[in-house]
Amino acid sequence: MSAFVVLKAGVQATLQDQGRFGVAHLGLTQGGPADYASYRIADLLLQNPNPSCQIEVAVGGFSLLALTDTVFCVTGGAMPLTVNGQPKSLWQTHRIKKDDVLELGFATSGLRCYLAVAGGFKLPKDFGSNSTVLREKIGGIGGAALQPGQFLPAVSVYRPLLWALPEKLWPDYSAPLQLGLLPGYQQHWFDESQWQQLYSTDYQVSALYDRMGYRLQGEPLLYQPRALLSEGICYGAVQLPPDGLPIVLLNDRQTLGGYPKPGVVLARDAAALAQCQQGHPIRFYPVSPEQLEAEQRQKSRYWAELAMEFRSLV
Amino acid sequence: MIQLELAGENALILYLSAEISAQNLSQLQQLQHQIRSLLDEQLQELLPSYASLLIVLKPQHKGVWAIKTMLEQQLVLSATHSEQQGQLLILPVYYHNAWDLEHVAHKAGLTTDQVIELHQAEEYRVYAIGFAPGFAYLGELDARLATARLKSPRAKVPKGAVAIADRQTAVYPAESPGGWNILGLCPTPLFEPEHAGTAKPLMPFVVGDKVRFQSISKDEFFALGGQLPQELC
Repeated sequence: MSAFVVLKAGVQATLQDQGRFGVAHLGLTQGGPADYASYRIADLLLQNPNPSCQIEVAVGGFSLLALTDTVFCVTGGAMPLTVNGQPKSLWQTHRIKKDDVLELGFATSGLRCYLAVAGGFKLPKDFGSNSTVLREKIGGIGGAALQPGQFLPAVSVYRPLLWALPEKLWPDYSAPLQLGLLPGYQQHWFDESQWQQLYSTDYQVSALYDRMGYRLQGEPLLYQPRALLSEGICYGAVQLPPDGLPIVLLNDRQTLGGYPKPGVVLARDAAALAQCQQGHPIRFYPVSPEQLEAEQRQKSRYWAELAMEFRSLV
Repeated sequence: MIQLELAGENALILYLSAEISAQNLSQLQQLQHQIRSLLDEQLQELLPSYASLLIVLKPQHKGVWAIKTMLEQQLVLSATHSEQQGQLLILPVYYHNAWDLEHVAHKAGLTTDQVIELHQAEEYRVYAIGFAPGFAYLGELDARLATARLKSPRAKVPKGAVAIADRQTAVYPAESPGGWNILGLCPTPLFEPEHAGTAKPLMPFVVGDKVRFQSISKDEFFALGGQLPQELC
């Protein structure tokens, strides 16, 4: 077994695996990595065969002490990474030795990064998952964010090769974000002019954004309110309360809700939204049923093809 | 009538008639059985609520449109239903005008005491569990008390908040954001994850059970382990 100790907890660092499934009927949310793409790439770079338990570091200011020799990587938001004070690159695996200190500064672009280790962190699970949901006080260690002094055991595996994601494939978190919207749910409650407004409004991320959802600001989309019985909410669902300002619901969303929803955002775009901070420019664009099918066909190949692009470092 | 809409890249939502009824509860139970056997290994989540059923598929599925067509052709809606009995749970409430009690009374043209009386008079049924762990949607609220959700949800609703929206009522089991109109606080714990894997239930109710509210004083609220949110201390 390999192991680490948390030295600095930073703004908010939480343990996350792929998420908690099959328990929505108890009212338990999905949780899991807010930026699934970065989380997945970390596992692929480390050659972890299954989705592993990683640390999602929001904003930054986090550091760990290694108690054993192993391999790790950091993907996602641009937080300066050092090992014993020496700068290291994100998006690639690094060897680390016993007593090394790895530290993440504050994000200069993006909001969350994923600190993953070969084999993954290994801790007891709540309802089948390590994913921390602070609101539910579930997952992670005691349902809370990581604290200084905590001991983090990890599965010990041998990784002879180091891998890197070529820089040309690193995401650009500073660009304005386009969210692909699939009409669904109460789509028929909105008329042509309301759809036009939704797709032509320049929104920004408001001050209210977290792992539960992102509330946007912009020209309010006003509509005649109707009563809606609370119903199941999917990842990426766009909720439109009577104030006309959309809320895109993410990993830690409530399982049921009663505000009307014109549709849902493509999963990859919802993951990119989780890297945005207040003021980030956002627009919606329509995704047709045919485009959704094409998206789904491509998805099964996407990760395999991405892994083919990795550069071996040894 | 069954209607299916897209609810996510890998999800559909099934709608029955948009009303609160015991018949819907019973039909949703039957449909859940059918969907489980039709989708089997492709199914990730099945989440019933009032008159809808959210169907979430695992990433490896046969295509969301193909599954929509298959379900439209194969699902059978039976008219018969069995009335479930369900257990009765009494939940104590310390009604308090710190939030929306006066707003609800004003909208309804009633006094706050009348609102409290009407809220306690009904025996509610648990129509859905969700939004947050242990959050039970209870219906139906007396039509005179029906109040729309807040125009913009509160960032922080206190633990134990007893609230109403349209013709529903509920208790927030933990502090969370929320858009319902708050009438008071309930000291009873509604979700105890430490009971997982033990004989003790995670929640004091299941879908189909019945709930009645009972007004208590501030002293009784504290005696039952209730805690006031900081802004009221």
